[in-house]
Amino acid sequence: MTGHFRNKLSALLLIPALLFSLNAQAEAKDSFKIAWSIYAGWMPWDYADSSGIMKKWADKYGISVDIVQINDYVESINQYTAGGFDGCVMTNMDALTIPAAGGVDSTALIVGDFSNGNDGVVLKGKDKKLADIKGQKVNLVELSVSHYLLARGLEKVGLSEKDITVVNTSDADMVATFSSSDVTSAVTWNPLLSEITALPDTSKVFDSSEIPGEIIDLMVVNSDTLKDNPKLGKALVGAWYEIMGLMKQGDETALTAMAKASGTDLAGYKAQLDATKMFYAPADAVAFTDSAELPKTMQLVSQFSFDHGLLGSGAKDAGTVGMAFSGDNITGDKANVKLRFDSTYMKMAADSSL
Amino acid sequence: MKRLINQHPSRAAQLALGILPFALLLLAYLWASELRLAANPNDKLLPAFSSIGEAIWSMAFEADKRSSNYLLWVDTLASLQRLGLGVLLSALMGLVIGVANGAVPLFRAGLSPLVMALSLIPPMAILPVLFIVFGLGEVSKVALITIGIAPYLIRDMQQRVLELPEEQFIKAQTLGASSWQLILRVILPQVLPRLLDAVRLSLGSAWLFLIAAEAIAATEGLGYRIFLVRRYLSMDVILPYVLWITLLAFLTDYLLRVLTRRSFPWYYHGGKP
Repeated sequence: MTGHFRNKLSALLLIPALLFSLNAQAEAKDSFKIAWSIYAGWMPWDYADSSGIMKKWADKYGISVDIVQINDYVESINQYTAGGFDGCVMTNMDALTIPAAGGVDSTALIVGDFSNGNDGVVLKGKDKKLADIKGQKVNLVELSVSHYLLARGLEKVGLSEKDITVVNTSDADMVATFSSSDVTSAVTWNPLLSEITALPDTSKVFDSSEIPGEIIDLMVVNSDTLKDNPKLGKALVGAWYEIMGLMKQGDETALTAMAKASGTDLAGYKAQLDATKMFYAPADAVAFTDSAELPKTMQLVSQFSFDHGLLGSGAKDAGTVGMAFSGDNITGDKANVKLRFDSTYMKMAADSSL
Repeated sequence: MKRLINQHPSRAAQLALGILPFALLLLAYLWASELRLAANPNDKLLPAFSSIGEAIWSMAFEADKRSSNYLLWVDTLASLQRLGLGVLLSALMGLVIGVANGAVPLFRAGLSPLVMALSLIPPMAILPVLFIVFGLGEVSKVALITIGIAPYLIRDMQQRVLELPEEQFIKAQTLGASSWQLILRVILPQVLPRLLDAVRLSLGSAWLFLIAAEAIAATEGLGYRIFLVRRYLSMDVILPYVLWITLLAFLTDYLLRVLTRRSFPWYYHGGKP
């Protein structure tokens, strides 16, 4: 092999190597990519982009932030985990089981809201109770927060997953399949949930308002990127709470834009927001994040995840992935902390110091 | 002459050249995987061969914690059953309707335009309708495979029958053959091996429809598992499953080829179909 050829060859082989390791080194940089997907509590990100509020805050800190909508929720998290994005919106459970369990140190930068009725269990027939679910096939997106919600519901009525059969059903087909005769029950989230409950002869037997604060919607960013680029954290949090302020005032322009982008009208979007406990004030989000309840909730979530094999085949117990909470409170493996709930930036917003 | 296009590799060289791209791909994977794992030992995107091996072991030879099933075999059995049923049904429809369409002009006039129109509907586009008509159970999965490949098989069979030389039919009729005898003795022996060929070609689509159906609603199956573990980026399960599906597809194709050769030796005169 001549030297020249060898150089060429190694250069060629370096291309995939670079591609694959690009996300490995975090460093100070000035342009960032954030992924989001459609959900009531995440529509502000679309408005941040379209209204120019994100650009305003990014300019303030001399960076640029590209907000990208991904049609498939899980795909957006996978892309983030693979290093294609610096941040992504997701629930607390998915943050634990996808990036954190995959070794990508992630920080919950913004605790935006928790589901307060947005996720629910529906049975066919009038005046049903959750206990009636025994022996039924239950259609849901397996291993998602719907599955978690169902498991928590079953616990409360003294049943277990052995008493039912879980049928993995794609969320895109949930509404169509619910009309089919062999589907008797489903667990899903809004706006699908409200479409299904609007059908005749259905009962919503359990929803997330009965486990308040357990299904949490987050803006998650790569911890290393955030550490090296505090400007990113400040710009995102700044833009977010400016929009929260607008929403709290009931700003029709903003709310209508968000409603339209999520494929509904103002009334429909307001109904979804009613089932979502939004933290409009940063101080509320800080209080929730710093509360003693959050570590307990996350332990429930990690136990569920471990029981369902979501923490990886090498996981020995539910504490395999360590989690950090405020006040240096760490649960699980201290040597493997991969999910951090950090209220620092939200505090800055609460103190108006952004 | 010593030109490039006239140089043939020896058997050994042919084998080596055939293996080379696979070996290069494998090396590239190993290298990229090592790089990613060096940066993040828990990386799930390009798992090391050891963790792939562990995942295969636990999927195939260890009972699942929740269901106490051996997942790989449960999934394989479920998928092969659906695939087999769908393909068998389609082949039967191809044979019966295709031959009838090809041999009997009265049938052809009535059915051929319908089959033609049906074959143009992309099956994935009518999935929501399929669910409502056939439910979410096994029937809709088999139905998707059948709707996906049966029109192709029917049209192919019809075409093959129409391609048979007219002289054969005239000859047989001068010897006193009835329509039924013509179909049984002249058409069937000639188109049966072609049906098996057509089935082999449609197996790729059949797998596609199977995986698509299992992705949408299922409790077990190869496609189900892939779309399930995709939720937490378990490439150590997805990659072996993809290889396993590829191997199964190769084996079914191979078995069908052997079956055709054994059952219809006349179809392979001179070693060429």
